[in-house]
Amino acid sequence: MPSPEIAPLATQGPSNQPPWQSRVPLLLGVPAVLALLFLLLPLVGLVVRAPWAEARAVLGSPQALLALRLSLITATVSMIIAMVLGIPLAWLLARPGLRGASLLRALITVPLVLPPVVGGVALFTVLGRSGLLGRPLYALTGFSFPFTPYAVVLAQVFVALPYLVLSVEGALRASDRRFEDAAATLGARPITVFRRVTLPLVGPGIAAGAILAWARALGEFGATVTFAGNFPGTTQTMPLAVYLALETDPDAALLLSVLLLAVSVGVLVLLRDRWVTRW
Amino acid sequence: MSGPRRAARFAVLAAATPMLLASACVSDATTSSGASGHGSAASITVFAAASLTESFIQIGQDFQAISGSKVTFNFGASSTLATQINHGAPADVFAAASPATMKAVTDAGGAGASVDFASNTLLIAVPEGNPARITGLADFADQDKKIAICAPQVPCGAAAEKVFAAAQITPEPDTLERDVKATLAKVAADEVDAALVYQTDVMGSPDDVEGVDFPESSQAVNQYLIATLTASQAPEVSQAFVDYVLSPEGQSVLTRAGFAQP
Repeated sequence: MPSPEIAPLATQGPSNQPPWQSRVPLLLGVPAVLALLFLLLPLVGLVVRAPWAEARAVLGSPQALLALRLSLITATVSMIIAMVLGIPLAWLLARPGLRGASLLRALITVPLVLPPVVGGVALFTVLGRSGLLGRPLYALTGFSFPFTPYAVVLAQVFVALPYLVLSVEGALRASDRRFEDAAATLGARPITVFRRVTLPLVGPGIAAGAILAWARALGEFGATVTFAGNFPGTTQTMPLAVYLALETDPDAALLLSVLLLAVSVGVLVLLRDRWVTRW
Repeated sequence: MSGPRRAARFAVLAAATPMLLASACVSDATTSSGASGHGSAASITVFAAASLTESFIQIGQDFQAISGSKVTFNFGASSTLATQINHGAPADVFAAASPATMKAVTDAGGAGASVDFASNTLLIAVPEGNPARITGLADFADQDKKIAICAPQVPCGAAAEKVFAAAQITPEPDTLERDVKATLAKVAADEVDAALVYQTDVMGSPDDVEGVDFPESSQAVNQYLIATLTASQAPEVSQAFVDYVLSPEGQSVLTRAGFAQP
Protein backbone atom coordinates (compact mmCIF):
# COMPACT_ATOMS: atom_id res chain seq x y z
CA MET A 1 0.00 0.00 0.00
CA PRO A 2 1.54 3.38 -0.99
CA SER A 3 1.92 5.92 1.76
CA PRO A 4 0.38 9.36 1.38
CA GLU A 5 2.60 11.64 -0.61
CA ILE A 6 1.40 14.78 1.07
CA ALA A 7 3.18 16.23 4.05
CA PRO A 8 1.12 16.10 7.27
CA LEU A 9 -0.71 19.33 8.00
CA ALA A 10 -0.28 19.06 11.73
CA THR A 11 2.43 17.33 13.68
CA GLN A 12 1.57 14.65 16.22
CA GLY A 13 2.23 15.17 19.91
CA PRO A 14 5.72 14.58 21.32
CA SER A 15 6.78 10.94 21.03
CA ASN A 16 8.16 10.69 24.57
CA GLN A 17 5.53 9.88 27.19
CA PRO A 18 4.07 12.96 28.84
CA PRO A 19 4.02 12.83 32.65
CA TRP A 20 0.19 12.83 32.91
CA GLN A 21 0.08 9.41 31.22
CA SER A 22 2.33 7.66 33.69
CA ARG A 23 -0.25 7.05 36.45
CA VAL A 24 -3.47 5.09 35.84
CA PRO A 25 -6.31 6.47 37.98
CA LEU A 26 -8.12 3.82 40.06
CA LEU A 27 -11.45 4.81 38.54
CA LEU A 28 -10.19 3.61 35.16
CA GLY A 29 -7.75 0.92 36.19
CA VAL A 30 -10.13 -1.18 38.27
CA PRO A 31 -12.91 -1.49 35.67
CA ALA A 32 -10.30 -2.12 32.97
CA VAL A 33 -8.81 -5.02 34.90
CA LEU A 34 -12.32 -6.32 35.68
CA ALA A 35 -13.20 -6.21 31.99
CA LEU A 36 -10.05 -8.09 31.11
CA LEU A 37 -10.74 -10.77 33.75
CA PHE A 38 -14.36 -11.08 32.66
CA LEU A 39 -13.26 -11.75 29.09
CA LEU A 40 -10.27 -13.96 29.82
CA LEU A 41 -11.34 -16.10 32.79
CA PRO A 42 -13.94 -18.13 30.85
CA LEU A 43 -11.29 -18.82 28.21
CA VAL A 44 -8.87 -19.93 30.93
CA GLY A 45 -11.63 -22.18 32.28
CA LEU A 46 -12.08 -23.68 28.82
CA VAL A 47 -8.37 -24.40 28.50
CA VAL A 48 -8.14 -25.87 32.00
CA ARG A 49 -11.22 -28.07 31.59
CA ALA A 50 -10.19 -29.42 28.18
CA PRO A 51 -9.11 -33.07 28.42
CA TRP A 52 -5.60 -32.73 27.07
CA ALA A 53 -4.94 -36.47 27.27
CA GLU A 54 -7.34 -36.95 24.38
CA ALA A 55 -5.99 -34.01 22.42
CA ARG A 56 -4.02 -36.02 19.91
CA ALA A 57 -6.95 -38.29 19.01
CA VAL A 58 -9.54 -35.50 18.76
CA LEU A 59 -7.48 -32.77 17.11
CA GLY A 60 -5.75 -35.15 14.71
CA SER A 61 -9.03 -36.62 13.49
CA PRO A 62 -9.69 -36.04 9.78
CA GLN A 63 -13.07 -34.52 10.60
CA ALA A 64 -11.56 -31.87 12.89
CA LEU A 65 -8.89 -30.95 10.34
CA LEU A 66 -11.47 -30.78 7.54
CA ALA A 67 -13.62 -28.46 9.64
CA LEU A 68 -10.66 -26.27 10.60
CA ARG A 69 -9.50 -26.02 6.99
CA LEU A 70 -12.98 -25.12 5.77
CA SER A 71 -13.35 -22.55 8.56
CA LEU A 72 -10.05 -20.82 7.77
CA ILE A 73 -10.67 -20.77 4.01
CA THR A 74 -14.27 -19.56 4.18
CA ALA A 75 -13.56 -16.94 6.87
CA THR A 76 -10.67 -15.53 4.83
CA VAL A 77 -12.67 -15.47 1.59
CA SER A 78 -15.56 -13.85 3.48
CA MET A 79 -13.22 -11.21 4.88
CA ILE A 80 -11.87 -10.38 1.41
CA ILE A 81 -15.39 -10.12 -0.03
CA ALA A 82 -16.42 -7.98 2.94
CA MET A 83 -13.49 -5.64 2.25
CA VAL A 84 -14.10 -5.40 -1.50
CA LEU A 85 -17.78 -4.59 -0.95
CA GLY A 86 -17.62 -2.94 2.45
CA ILE A 87 -14.90 -0.32 2.03
CA PRO A 88 -16.70 1.39 -0.88
CA LEU A 89 -19.97 1.26 1.06
CA ALA A 90 -18.28 2.80 4.10
CA TRP A 91 -16.78 5.49 1.86
CA LEU A 92 -20.21 6.27 0.45
CA LEU A 93 -21.75 6.45 3.94
CA ALA A 94 -19.00 8.74 5.22
CA ARG A 95 -19.38 11.21 2.35
CA PRO A 96 -20.47 14.53 3.79
CA GLY A 97 -23.99 15.49 2.86
CA LEU A 98 -25.23 12.04 1.86
CA ARG A 99 -29.00 12.12 2.25
CA GLY A 100 -30.51 9.31 4.32
CA ALA A 101 -27.11 8.32 5.67
CA SER A 102 -28.39 7.74 9.19
CA LEU A 103 -31.21 5.53 7.93
CA LEU A 104 -28.74 3.54 5.81
CA ARG A 105 -26.43 3.21 8.78
CA ALA A 106 -29.29 1.88 10.90
CA LEU A 107 -30.22 -0.63 8.19
CA ILE A 108 -26.64 -1.85 7.96
CA THR A 109 -26.68 -2.47 11.71
CA VAL A 110 -29.73 -4.75 11.43
CA PRO A 111 -27.76 -7.95 10.66
CA LEU A 112 -25.90 -7.34 13.93
CA VAL A 113 -29.14 -7.40 15.87
CA LEU A 114 -30.82 -10.20 13.93
CA PRO A 115 -30.38 -13.61 15.56
CA PRO A 116 -28.04 -15.33 13.07
CA VAL A 117 -30.43 -18.28 12.68
CA VAL A 118 -33.04 -15.85 11.40
CA GLY A 119 -30.36 -14.39 9.14
CA GLY A 120 -30.04 -17.86 7.62
CA VAL A 121 -33.79 -17.99 7.02
CA ALA A 122 -33.63 -14.52 5.46
CA LEU A 123 -30.90 -15.73 3.10
CA PHE A 124 -33.19 -18.62 2.09
CA THR A 125 -35.90 -16.18 1.07
CA VAL A 126 -33.53 -14.56 -1.42
CA LEU A 127 -30.90 -17.13 -2.36
CA GLY A 128 -32.51 -20.46 -1.50
CA ARG A 129 -33.67 -22.91 -4.17
CA SER A 130 -37.12 -21.33 -4.10
CA GLY A 131 -35.96 -17.85 -3.10
CA LEU A 132 -36.43 -14.59 -4.93
CA LEU A 133 -33.14 -14.83 -6.89
CA GLY A 134 -32.39 -18.47 -6.13
CA ARG A 135 -35.42 -19.81 -7.98
CA PRO A 136 -34.58 -18.38 -11.42
CA LEU A 137 -30.95 -19.35 -10.87
CA TYR A 138 -32.00 -22.91 -10.08
CA ALA A 139 -34.38 -23.05 -13.05
CA LEU A 140 -31.66 -21.81 -15.43
CA THR A 141 -28.61 -23.67 -14.18
CA GLY A 142 -29.77 -26.36 -11.78
CA PHE A 143 -27.47 -24.79 -9.18
CA SER A 144 -28.61 -23.74 -5.75
CA PHE A 145 -26.50 -22.23 -2.98
CA PRO A 146 -27.68 -24.15 0.12
CA PHE A 147 -25.44 -27.06 1.19
CA THR A 148 -22.41 -25.73 -0.72
CA PRO A 149 -19.29 -23.92 0.63
CA TYR A 150 -20.57 -20.85 -1.28
CA ALA A 151 -23.51 -20.79 1.11
CA VAL A 152 -21.10 -20.85 4.05
CA VAL A 153 -19.32 -17.80 2.62
CA LEU A 154 -22.61 -16.00 1.90
CA ALA A 155 -23.79 -16.58 5.47
CA GLN A 156 -20.47 -15.35 6.87
CA VAL A 157 -20.36 -12.25 4.67
CA PHE A 158 -23.92 -11.43 5.72
CA VAL A 159 -23.03 -11.37 9.41
CA ALA A 160 -19.48 -9.98 9.08
CA LEU A 161 -19.96 -7.16 6.56
CA PRO A 162 -21.61 -4.73 9.04
CA TYR A 163 -18.59 -4.93 11.37
CA LEU A 164 -16.27 -3.94 8.55
CA VAL A 165 -18.50 -1.18 7.19
CA LEU A 166 -19.05 0.40 10.59
CA SER A 167 -15.35 0.30 11.57
CA VAL A 168 -14.16 1.72 8.26
CA GLU A 169 -16.87 4.35 8.22
CA GLY A 170 -15.91 5.43 11.73
CA ALA A 171 -12.28 5.74 10.67
CA LEU A 172 -13.24 7.71 7.56
CA ARG A 173 -15.36 10.16 9.52
CA ALA A 174 -12.58 10.67 12.05
CA SER A 175 -9.95 11.19 9.36
CA ASP A 176 -8.81 14.60 8.28
CA ARG A 177 -10.74 15.50 5.13
CA ARG A 178 -8.29 18.26 4.27
CA PHE A 179 -5.79 15.76 2.89
CA GLU A 180 -8.36 14.64 0.33
CA ASP A 181 -9.32 18.22 -0.48
CA ALA A 182 -5.69 19.10 -0.97
CA ALA A 183 -5.14 16.17 -3.31
CA ALA A 184 -8.27 17.10 -5.27
CA THR A 185 -7.25 20.73 -5.65
CA LEU A 186 -3.88 19.54 -6.89
CA GLY A 187 -5.75 17.81 -9.71
CA ALA A 188 -6.06 14.19 -8.56
CA ARG A 189 -9.12 12.36 -9.88
CA PRO A 190 -11.58 11.10 -7.20
CA ILE A 191 -10.53 7.46 -7.63
CA THR A 192 -6.88 8.47 -7.28
CA VAL A 193 -7.66 10.48 -4.16
CA PHE A 194 -9.43 7.44 -2.75
CA ARG A 195 -6.60 5.06 -3.64
CA ARG A 196 -3.59 7.22 -2.78
CA VAL A 197 -4.92 9.36 0.08
CA THR A 198 -8.09 8.03 1.68
CA LEU A 199 -7.15 4.35 1.88
CA PRO A 200 -3.74 4.90 3.50
CA LEU A 201 -5.29 7.43 5.92
CA VAL A 202 -7.82 4.95 7.26
CA GLY A 203 -5.51 1.95 7.04
CA PRO A 204 -5.74 1.09 10.76
CA GLY A 205 -9.53 1.36 10.61
CA ILE A 206 -9.63 -1.00 7.64
CA ALA A 207 -7.30 -3.44 9.38
CA ALA A 208 -9.42 -3.38 12.54
CA GLY A 209 -12.61 -3.84 10.54
CA ALA A 210 -11.11 -6.69 8.53
CA ILE A 211 -9.98 -8.47 11.67
CA LEU A 212 -13.41 -8.05 13.27
CA ALA A 213 -15.05 -9.38 10.11
CA TRP A 214 -12.66 -12.32 9.93
CA ALA A 215 -13.21 -13.20 13.60
CA ARG A 216 -16.98 -12.91 13.27
CA ALA A 217 -16.94 -15.10 10.15
CA LEU A 218 -14.75 -17.68 11.87
CA GLY A 219 -17.13 -18.01 14.82
CA GLU A 220 -20.30 -17.87 12.73
CA PHE A 221 -22.78 -20.62 13.57
CA GLY A 222 -26.48 -19.79 13.27
CA ALA A 223 -26.77 -18.43 9.76
CA THR A 224 -24.37 -21.09 8.47
CA VAL A 225 -26.14 -24.07 9.98
CA THR A 226 -29.48 -22.77 8.73
CA PHE A 227 -28.55 -21.65 5.23
CA ALA A 228 -25.63 -23.96 4.38
CA GLY A 229 -26.55 -27.03 6.39
CA ASN A 230 -23.93 -29.28 7.92
CA PHE A 231 -21.83 -31.76 5.96
CA PRO A 232 -18.22 -32.70 6.77
CA GLY A 233 -15.78 -31.22 4.25
CA THR A 234 -18.44 -29.19 2.42
CA THR A 235 -20.26 -27.00 4.92
CA GLN A 236 -19.23 -28.20 8.38
CA THR A 237 -17.14 -25.39 9.86
CA MET A 238 -15.50 -25.59 13.29
CA PRO A 239 -18.41 -24.02 15.21
CA LEU A 240 -20.77 -26.59 13.67
CA ALA A 241 -18.40 -29.43 14.50
CA VAL A 242 -18.15 -28.12 18.06
CA TYR A 243 -21.94 -27.93 18.37
CA LEU A 244 -22.45 -31.51 17.21
CA ALA A 245 -19.59 -32.79 19.36
CA LEU A 246 -21.39 -31.25 22.36
CA GLU A 247 -24.27 -33.69 21.73
CA THR A 248 -22.18 -36.81 22.27
CA ASP A 249 -18.70 -35.91 23.43
CA PRO A 250 -18.48 -32.64 25.39
CA ASP A 251 -14.76 -33.24 26.00
CA ALA A 252 -14.07 -33.31 22.29
CA ALA A 253 -16.14 -30.15 21.90
CA LEU A 254 -13.93 -28.37 24.45
CA LEU A 255 -10.79 -29.45 22.65
CA LEU A 256 -12.14 -28.35 19.28
CA SER A 257 -13.07 -24.94 20.73
CA VAL A 258 -9.60 -24.52 22.17
CA LEU A 259 -8.08 -25.44 18.81
CA LEU A 260 -10.22 -22.82 17.06
CA LEU A 261 -9.26 -20.25 19.70
CA ALA A 262 -5.56 -21.06 19.45
CA VAL A 263 -5.50 -20.87 15.67
CA SER A 264 -7.43 -17.59 15.56
CA VAL A 265 -5.29 -15.96 18.26
CA GLY A 266 -2.17 -17.15 16.43
CA VAL A 267 -3.32 -15.68 13.14
CA LEU A 268 -4.34 -12.38 14.75
CA VAL A 269 -1.01 -11.99 16.55
CA LEU A 270 0.89 -12.73 13.34
CA LEU A 271 -1.23 -10.24 11.42
CA ARG A 272 -0.77 -7.53 14.03
CA ASP A 273 2.97 -7.90 13.89
CA ARG A 274 3.36 -8.16 10.16
CA TRP A 275 0.60 -6.00 8.90
CA VAL A 276 -1.16 -3.68 11.28
CA THR A 277 1.92 -2.04 12.78
CA ARG A 278 3.15 -1.14 9.30
CA TRP A 279 0.50 1.53 9.07
CA MET B 1 -46.85 -21.18 -6.73
CA SER B 2 -48.66 -18.19 -5.33
CA GLY B 3 -47.02 -15.46 -3.28
CA PRO B 4 -48.95 -15.76 -0.05
CA ARG B 5 -48.30 -19.48 0.16
CA ARG B 6 -44.59 -18.92 -0.26
CA ALA B 7 -44.69 -16.22 2.36
CA ALA B 8 -46.53 -18.55 4.72
CA ARG B 9 -43.93 -21.24 4.20
CA PHE B 10 -41.12 -18.95 5.24
CA ALA B 11 -43.16 -17.64 8.11
CA VAL B 12 -43.42 -21.19 9.41
CA LEU B 13 -39.70 -21.69 8.99
CA ALA B 14 -38.96 -18.43 10.72
CA ALA B 15 -41.27 -19.30 13.56
CA ALA B 16 -39.78 -22.76 13.98
CA THR B 17 -36.17 -21.68 13.94
CA PRO B 18 -35.81 -19.87 17.28
CA MET B 19 -37.23 -22.97 18.95
CA LEU B 20 -34.28 -24.95 17.66
CA LEU B 21 -31.85 -23.07 19.81
CA ALA B 22 -33.92 -22.94 22.95
CA SER B 23 -32.70 -25.88 24.97
CA ALA B 24 -35.87 -25.88 27.00
CA CYS B 25 -38.96 -23.78 26.96
CA VAL B 26 -41.42 -23.56 29.74
CA SER B 27 -45.07 -23.71 28.94
CA ASP B 28 -48.03 -23.46 31.20
CA ALA B 29 -51.13 -25.52 30.60
CA THR B 30 -53.12 -23.64 33.19
CA THR B 31 -56.49 -22.32 32.22
CA SER B 32 -58.39 -20.05 34.55
CA SER B 33 -61.54 -22.08 33.95
CA GLY B 34 -59.96 -25.20 35.42
CA ALA B 35 -62.05 -26.87 38.11
CA SER B 36 -60.82 -25.66 41.46
CA GLY B 37 -63.32 -27.41 43.70
CA HIS B 38 -60.67 -29.64 45.24
CA GLY B 39 -59.08 -27.50 47.91
CA SER B 40 -56.05 -29.77 48.28
CA ALA B 41 -55.20 -29.99 44.58
CA ALA B 42 -51.44 -29.64 44.30
CA SER B 43 -49.64 -28.39 41.24
CA ILE B 44 -46.97 -30.42 39.51
CA THR B 45 -44.19 -29.77 37.03
CA VAL B 46 -43.70 -32.16 34.14
CA PHE B 47 -40.41 -32.32 32.22
CA ALA B 48 -41.22 -33.68 28.76
CA ALA B 49 -39.42 -34.27 25.46
CA ALA B 50 -39.88 -31.43 22.96
CA SER B 51 -41.69 -33.72 20.50
CA LEU B 52 -44.49 -34.12 23.07
CA THR B 53 -45.19 -30.36 23.28
CA GLU B 54 -48.58 -30.13 21.55
CA SER B 55 -49.92 -33.46 22.87
CA PHE B 56 -48.88 -32.83 26.46
CA ILE B 57 -50.27 -29.31 26.57
CA GLN B 58 -53.61 -30.83 25.52
CA ILE B 59 -53.31 -33.69 28.01
CA GLY B 60 -52.32 -31.22 30.74
CA GLN B 61 -55.44 -29.13 30.14
CA ASP B 62 -57.68 -32.21 30.13
CA PHE B 63 -56.02 -33.50 33.30
CA GLN B 64 -56.46 -30.20 35.05
CA ALA B 65 -60.12 -30.03 34.08
CA ILE B 66 -60.67 -33.43 35.70
CA SER B 67 -58.41 -33.29 38.74
CA GLY B 68 -58.14 -29.57 39.46
CA SER B 69 -54.36 -29.93 39.69
CA LYS B 70 -52.32 -27.42 37.82
CA VAL B 71 -49.70 -28.88 35.45
CA THR B 72 -46.68 -26.81 34.39
CA PHE B 73 -44.45 -28.10 31.61
CA ASN B 74 -40.80 -27.76 30.78
CA PHE B 75 -40.22 -29.01 27.25
CA GLY B 76 -36.76 -29.63 25.86
CA ALA B 77 -34.32 -32.16 24.50
CA SER B 78 -34.62 -35.31 26.64
CA SER B 79 -30.89 -35.33 27.32
CA THR B 80 -30.99 -31.72 28.53
CA LEU B 81 -34.00 -32.45 30.74
CA ALA B 82 -32.29 -35.52 32.22
CA THR B 83 -29.25 -33.38 33.06
CA GLN B 84 -31.46 -30.74 34.65
CA ILE B 85 -33.31 -33.34 36.76
CA ASN B 86 -30.05 -34.92 37.89
CA HIS B 87 -28.86 -31.47 38.94
CA GLY B 88 -31.87 -31.00 41.17
CA ALA B 89 -34.37 -29.21 38.94
CA PRO B 90 -37.79 -29.17 40.68
CA ALA B 91 -39.70 -31.71 38.60
CA ASP B 92 -42.40 -34.23 39.47
CA VAL B 93 -42.72 -36.26 36.27
CA PHE B 94 -40.27 -37.00 33.46
CA ALA B 95 -41.44 -38.05 30.00
CA ALA B 96 -38.40 -39.04 27.91
CA ALA B 97 -38.08 -39.66 24.18
CA SER B 98 -35.65 -42.53 24.60
CA PRO B 99 -34.86 -45.33 27.06
CA ALA B 100 -31.27 -44.03 27.34
CA THR B 101 -32.27 -40.61 28.66
CA MET B 102 -34.75 -42.16 31.13
CA LYS B 103 -32.01 -44.54 32.25
CA ALA B 104 -29.74 -41.57 32.96
CA VAL B 105 -32.28 -40.36 35.54
CA THR B 106 -33.19 -43.80 36.92
CA ASP B 107 -29.53 -44.74 37.37
CA ALA B 108 -28.94 -41.55 39.34
CA GLY B 109 -31.80 -42.54 41.64
CA GLY B 110 -34.04 -39.73 40.40
CA ALA B 111 -36.92 -41.93 39.28
CA GLY B 112 -38.47 -45.28 40.11
CA ALA B 113 -39.95 -47.65 37.57
CA SER B 114 -40.77 -46.12 34.18
CA VAL B 115 -43.50 -47.12 31.73
CA ASP B 116 -43.58 -47.12 27.92
CA PHE B 117 -46.41 -44.82 26.91
CA ALA B 118 -45.91 -44.10 23.21
CA SER B 119 -43.66 -44.81 20.26
CA ASN B 120 -42.63 -42.92 17.18
CA THR B 121 -41.24 -44.14 13.87
CA LEU B 122 -39.42 -42.44 11.03
CA LEU B 123 -41.19 -41.19 7.94
CA ILE B 124 -39.89 -39.71 4.70
CA ALA B 125 -40.82 -36.02 4.54
CA VAL B 126 -41.11 -34.34 1.14
CA PRO B 127 -42.15 -30.82 0.11
CA GLU B 128 -45.79 -30.32 -0.79
CA GLY B 129 -46.65 -32.16 -4.01
CA ASN B 130 -43.49 -34.29 -3.80
CA PRO B 131 -41.78 -32.47 -6.71
CA ALA B 132 -38.85 -34.91 -6.90
CA ARG B 133 -41.22 -37.91 -6.91
CA ILE B 134 -39.67 -39.66 -3.92
CA THR B 135 -41.10 -43.16 -3.51
CA GLY B 136 -38.95 -44.82 -0.87
CA LEU B 137 -35.68 -45.09 0.98
CA ALA B 138 -33.81 -45.97 -2.25
CA ASP B 139 -34.14 -42.34 -3.42
CA PHE B 140 -31.84 -41.33 -0.55
CA ALA B 141 -28.93 -42.96 -2.41
CA ASP B 142 -29.52 -40.77 -5.49
CA GLN B 143 -26.76 -38.16 -5.67
CA ASP B 144 -28.85 -35.88 -7.87
CA LYS B 145 -31.48 -35.44 -5.18
CA LYS B 146 -31.11 -32.99 -2.32
CA ILE B 147 -31.32 -35.02 0.86
CA ALA B 148 -31.34 -33.99 4.53
CA ILE B 149 -30.95 -36.40 7.43
CA CYS B 150 -30.16 -35.84 11.09
CA ALA B 151 -26.53 -35.97 12.19
CA PRO B 152 -25.62 -39.38 13.65
CA GLN B 153 -24.89 -37.70 17.00
CA VAL B 154 -28.57 -36.88 17.61
CA PRO B 155 -31.35 -39.46 18.19
CA CYS B 156 -33.14 -39.06 14.85
CA GLY B 157 -29.80 -39.53 13.08
CA ALA B 158 -29.07 -42.70 15.02
CA ALA B 159 -32.52 -43.99 14.05
CA ALA B 160 -31.87 -43.07 10.40
CA GLU B 161 -28.61 -45.04 10.44
CA LYS B 162 -30.54 -48.07 11.69
CA VAL B 163 -33.13 -48.02 8.90
CA PHE B 164 -30.50 -47.45 6.22
CA ALA B 165 -28.50 -50.38 7.56
CA ALA B 166 -31.63 -52.55 7.56
CA ALA B 167 -32.45 -51.51 3.98
CA GLN B 168 -28.79 -51.92 2.94
CA ILE B 169 -28.81 -48.45 1.42
CA THR B 170 -25.92 -45.98 1.59
CA PRO B 171 -27.53 -42.54 1.74
CA GLU B 172 -26.02 -39.56 -0.09
CA PRO B 173 -27.14 -36.69 2.16
CA ASP B 174 -26.38 -33.05 1.34
CA THR B 175 -26.64 -32.05 4.96
CA LEU B 176 -26.57 -33.70 8.39
CA GLU B 177 -28.89 -31.53 10.43
CA ARG B 178 -28.46 -30.81 14.12
CA ASP B 179 -31.94 -31.92 15.15
CA VAL B 180 -35.17 -33.21 13.72
CA LYS B 181 -36.91 -29.82 13.63
CA ALA B 182 -34.03 -28.32 11.62
CA THR B 183 -34.28 -31.26 9.22
CA LEU B 184 -38.00 -30.72 8.81
CA ALA B 185 -37.45 -26.99 8.30
CA LYS B 186 -35.26 -27.74 5.27
CA VAL B 187 -38.20 -29.66 3.73
CA ALA B 188 -40.71 -26.98 4.63
CA ALA B 189 -38.47 -24.39 2.92
CA ASP B 190 -38.37 -26.60 -0.19
CA GLU B 191 -34.57 -26.64 -0.05
CA VAL B 192 -34.32 -30.43 -0.06
CA ASP B 193 -36.21 -33.10 -2.01
CA ALA B 194 -36.54 -35.50 0.91
CA ALA B 195 -35.63 -35.91 4.56
CA LEU B 196 -36.05 -38.51 7.27
CA VAL B 197 -38.03 -37.25 10.25
CA TYR B 198 -40.50 -38.68 12.75
CA GLN B 199 -44.09 -39.52 11.92
CA THR B 200 -45.25 -36.94 14.48
CA ASP B 201 -43.18 -34.17 12.86
CA VAL B 202 -45.02 -34.62 9.57
CA MET B 203 -48.42 -34.91 11.27
CA GLY B 204 -47.73 -31.77 13.29
CA SER B 205 -46.54 -29.62 10.39
CA PRO B 206 -48.78 -27.58 8.12
CA ASP B 207 -49.64 -28.44 4.52
CA ASP B 208 -46.19 -27.68 3.15
CA VAL B 209 -44.79 -31.08 4.13
CA GLU B 210 -46.05 -34.50 3.04
CA GLY B 211 -45.13 -37.94 4.35
CA VAL B 212 -44.02 -40.98 2.34
CA ASP B 213 -44.23 -44.28 4.20
CA PHE B 214 -41.51 -46.89 3.86
CA PRO B 215 -41.44 -50.50 5.10
CA GLU B 216 -38.03 -50.32 6.81
CA SER B 217 -39.34 -47.78 9.35
CA SER B 218 -40.24 -50.65 11.68
CA GLN B 219 -36.50 -51.22 12.16
CA ALA B 220 -36.13 -48.11 14.29
CA VAL B 221 -38.96 -47.59 16.74
CA ASN B 222 -38.41 -44.79 19.23
CA GLN B 223 -39.84 -45.65 22.66
CA TYR B 224 -41.18 -42.90 24.94
CA LEU B 225 -41.07 -43.56 28.69
CA ILE B 226 -42.69 -41.77 31.62
CA ALA B 227 -41.95 -41.95 35.34
CA THR B 228 -42.72 -40.08 38.53
CA LEU B 229 -39.63 -38.61 40.15
CA THR B 230 -38.43 -39.48 43.64
CA ALA B 231 -37.95 -35.80 44.52
CA SER B 232 -41.61 -35.01 43.83
CA GLN B 233 -43.44 -33.03 46.52
CA ALA B 234 -46.78 -34.31 45.22
CA PRO B 235 -46.36 -38.01 44.47
CA GLU B 236 -50.12 -38.76 44.34
CA VAL B 237 -50.85 -36.05 41.78
CA SER B 238 -47.76 -37.08 39.80
CA GLN B 239 -48.91 -40.70 39.70
CA ALA B 240 -52.41 -39.55 38.71
CA PHE B 241 -50.92 -37.60 35.79
CA VAL B 242 -48.90 -40.64 34.63
CA ASP B 243 -52.05 -42.78 34.88
CA TYR B 244 -53.96 -40.20 32.84
CA VAL B 245 -51.31 -40.26 30.08
CA LEU B 246 -51.69 -44.06 29.95
CA SER B 247 -55.52 -43.90 30.00
CA PRO B 248 -57.58 -44.19 26.79
CA GLU B 249 -58.16 -40.40 26.89
CA GLY B 250 -54.46 -39.60 27.08
CA GLN B 251 -53.57 -42.21 24.50
CA SER B 252 -56.09 -40.87 22.00
CA VAL B 253 -54.48 -37.41 22.18
CA LEU B 254 -51.09 -38.99 21.46
CA THR B 255 -52.46 -41.10 18.60
CA ARG B 256 -54.00 -38.02 16.97
CA ALA B 257 -50.54 -36.39 17.04
CA GLY B 258 -49.05 -39.35 15.14
CA PHE B 259 -47.64 -41.38 18.01
CA ALA B 260 -48.13 -45.15 17.94
CA GLN B 261 -49.16 -47.25 20.94
CA PRO B 262 -46.09 -48.39 22.92
